[in-house]
Amino acid sequence: MAVCVAVIAKENYPLYIRSTPMENELKFHYMVHTSLDVVDEKISAMGKALVDQRELYLGLLYPTEDYKVYGYVTNSKVKFVMVVDSSNTALRDNEIRSMFRKLHNSYTDVMCNPFYNPGDRIQSRAFDNMVTSMMIQVC
Amino acid sequence: MEAAAGGGCGSGPPLLSESEQQCYSELFARCAGAASGGPGPGHPETSRVASGAATAAAGPVADLFRASQLPAETLHQITELCGAKRVGYFGPTQFYVALKLIAAVQSGLPVRIESIKCELPLPRFMMSKNDGEMRFGNPAELHGSKVQIPYLTTEKNSFKRTDDEEKQQETQSPTMSPFASPPSSPPHYQRVPLSHGYSKLRSSTEQMHPVPYEGRQPLVQPEGPSSGGPGTKPLRHQASLIRSFSVERELQDNSSSYPDEPWRITEEQREYYVNQFRSLQPDPSSFISGSVAKNFFTKSKLSIPELSYIWELSDADCDGALTLPEFCAAFHLIVARKNGYPLPEGLPPTLQPEYLQAAFPKPKWDCALFDSYSESMPTNQQARDLNRMETSVKDMADFPVPTQDVTGDDKQALKSTLNEAVPKDVPEDPATPKDSNNLKARPRSRSYSSTSIEEAMKRGEDPPTPPPRPQKSHSRASSLDLNKVFQPSVPATKSGLLPPPPALPPRPCPSQSEQVSEAELPSQLNRAPSQAAESSPAKKDVPHSQPPSKPIRRKFRPENQSAESQEPSTTISGPASGASVKPHPTVQKQSSKQKKAIQTAIRKNKEANAVLARLNSELQQQLKEVHQERIALENQLEQLRPVTVL
Repeated sequence: MAVCVAVIAKENYPLYIRSTPMENELKFHYMVHTSLDVVDEKISAMGKALVDQRELYLGLLYPTEDYKVYGYVTNSKVKFVMVVDSSNTALRDNEIRSMFRKLHNSYTDVMCNPFYNPGDRIQSRAFDNMVTSMMIQVC
Repeated sequence: MEAAAGGGCGSGPPLLSESEQQCYSELFARCAGAASGGPGPGHPETSRVASGAATAAAGPVADLFRASQLPAETLHQITELCGAKRVGYFGPTQFYVALKLIAAVQSGLPVRIESIKCELPLPRFMMSKNDGEMRFGNPAELHGSKVQIPYLTTEKNSFKRTDDEEKQQETQSPTMSPFASPPSSPPHYQRVPLSHGYSKLRSSTEQMHPVPYEGRQPLVQPEGPSSGGPGTKPLRHQASLIRSFSVERELQDNSSSYPDEPWRITEEQREYYVNQFRSLQPDPSSFISGSVAKNFFTKSKLSIPELSYIWELSDADCDGALTLPEFCAAFHLIVARKNGYPLPEGLPPTLQPEYLQAAFPKPKWDCALFDSYSESMPTNQQARDLNRMETSVKDMADFPVPTQDVTGDDKQALKSTLNEAVPKDVPEDPATPKDSNNLKARPRSRSYSSTSIEEAMKRGEDPPTPPPRPQKSHSRASSLDLNKVFQPSVPATKSGLLPPPPALPPRPCPSQSEQVSEAELPSQLNRAPSQAAESSPAKKDVPHSQPPSKPIRRKFRPENQSAESQEPSTTISGPASGASVKPHPTVQKQSSKQKKAIQTAIRKNKEANAVLARLNSELQQQLKEVHQERIALENQLEQLRPVTVL
């Protein structure tokens, strides 16, 4: 399903980025990078209102001809970016939301690990497994 | 040699690799040399001379095999298979085959001839006290090199992971001593150098602080608790290591009998882990917070990613804190890792928290360690729908043995529970004496959903007080409204008996208040018949064994309580005491004894009072912190909610 999953820290450097190795990974990295601008734009637009009202799920950030990019941001400004294949039309918004929710939960679990320093790259196996499950889920 | 070995066994020739050949021949020479009383250095078992120089005597061989830490029946099987039993002695062929079999079993393969056909690591032998047996390890180690390279080259893939850490582990191995006493459960897969170093220490001559140990010292230095010079360090380490090594050996002897079950925790290990848990967190039913655990596990000198992974495996509920079974699992994994086991992909079933709780039901903790807090915590957590605590809570409810030792536990428990009801209840708890805690346990076991300690306490009002309750006589001076207390209790005291103190926070010191009121009464009645008043309260005191007795209470009261309402009582007490003191010298002997007893009681009460007051303030602090945390989390929850609603 998801072709690429990335976790970006508050300072806009990647904590975790992984893509299905079918294609040139660099392309996905670039897409994620460009999507950060869109994320920031959305945050700032919503940010006029109170933080409480801001939704975490940002929705479709921008579509390309092959892929769609979805975004999600947490309250601590950690961004999750997911790139999915456009051809996968069966993918509904709800499913994307649930995937982001799973990502967020796994991320929280990683945070709970006292040996994890916030700002480090995420090297948790549980997190990897979860992302793998998302990436090969419905193919 | 190989052909002969093959011929001896009747199966295919076991091919020995270079290092194996070297090692085995060395070992064989040792056994044979020792057998013939050869120049084995300081070898105690030199007496057995077997038939022929080309055989290894049963004695040293048996010792060597035992040193491999395999169970006795396995060793029997091996000796049978290798043909020694058949031929009656350990010739070179039998010996080599036996060594290969040992290596196979240590690698987890069954005891079969076929096992030795594949590529195997060298067998590992746990070193014992003897210098001679020391040399059974890699000959390279004799010269004090720490490097296990010959071993490494022949290791199977499963040990490749450890290869990378090899150097680290090498350096880490002697640092077990800082890590309390070294944890060790599974067999020493690669710990020949470790044991080698230890055995050297044990054989303990000064000259045994050789190159390897000195080589390790700079590494040990930063971590070692002793920071003396190199000369003193080995001694201290030696002592601690020897101590710890003996623990290790015990643990190993017991646990290594199941080489294929490295993830099973034995009793001794369990006890050891539990003791470590207690050292970090006195309350065995509560959590160890993440930071505390991190500091503790960091002492084990494993790399951070590994520790992170171990945490991931063991913290099943991902709450950032470790309960006792989680802690045991984590500890066990660390121990396993330090002993060279690769970490599993998932938490082994024998290390699951449910399994650990079922397999090792909570032992009878010392009463002093258990607290009503921990009891209340779990129930409140349940109210919060933390299912994880359920099993531990159920165990908990069976322990109505509370104490007032709450401080450390509370901090941990509070941080992890964040229950609304809990913080409110917390400051009141220290005021409640033991019986109320007892009582709390009962209602709690009835209804887990009870989140209010106050409810539980109210329910538990009825039972009588246990006899020695010095704390009960303590009053929360600030919270004690004597006026209110006197009036309702005055009629009760007219009967002349102390009613059983309910011991609730609203009336934190009913006994005292009632005693006070009783003292008031007698003092009021007592202008003339002071003796009667004195002796009757005294009598009342004795059967009730409330330390502060009536007559002294009149004097005691002013010190004990600071409320303004005491002033009338003090004024009354003044003339009363004066009246009482005047007439009766015979009574004075009695009263002097009582006075002494009372004064000691007073002192005790004061101390307890101070402690409780301190406790109260601390808990108030915690309450505030917890409130804030709760608010923060609630906010987060609220923010997350919109996303979850689809």
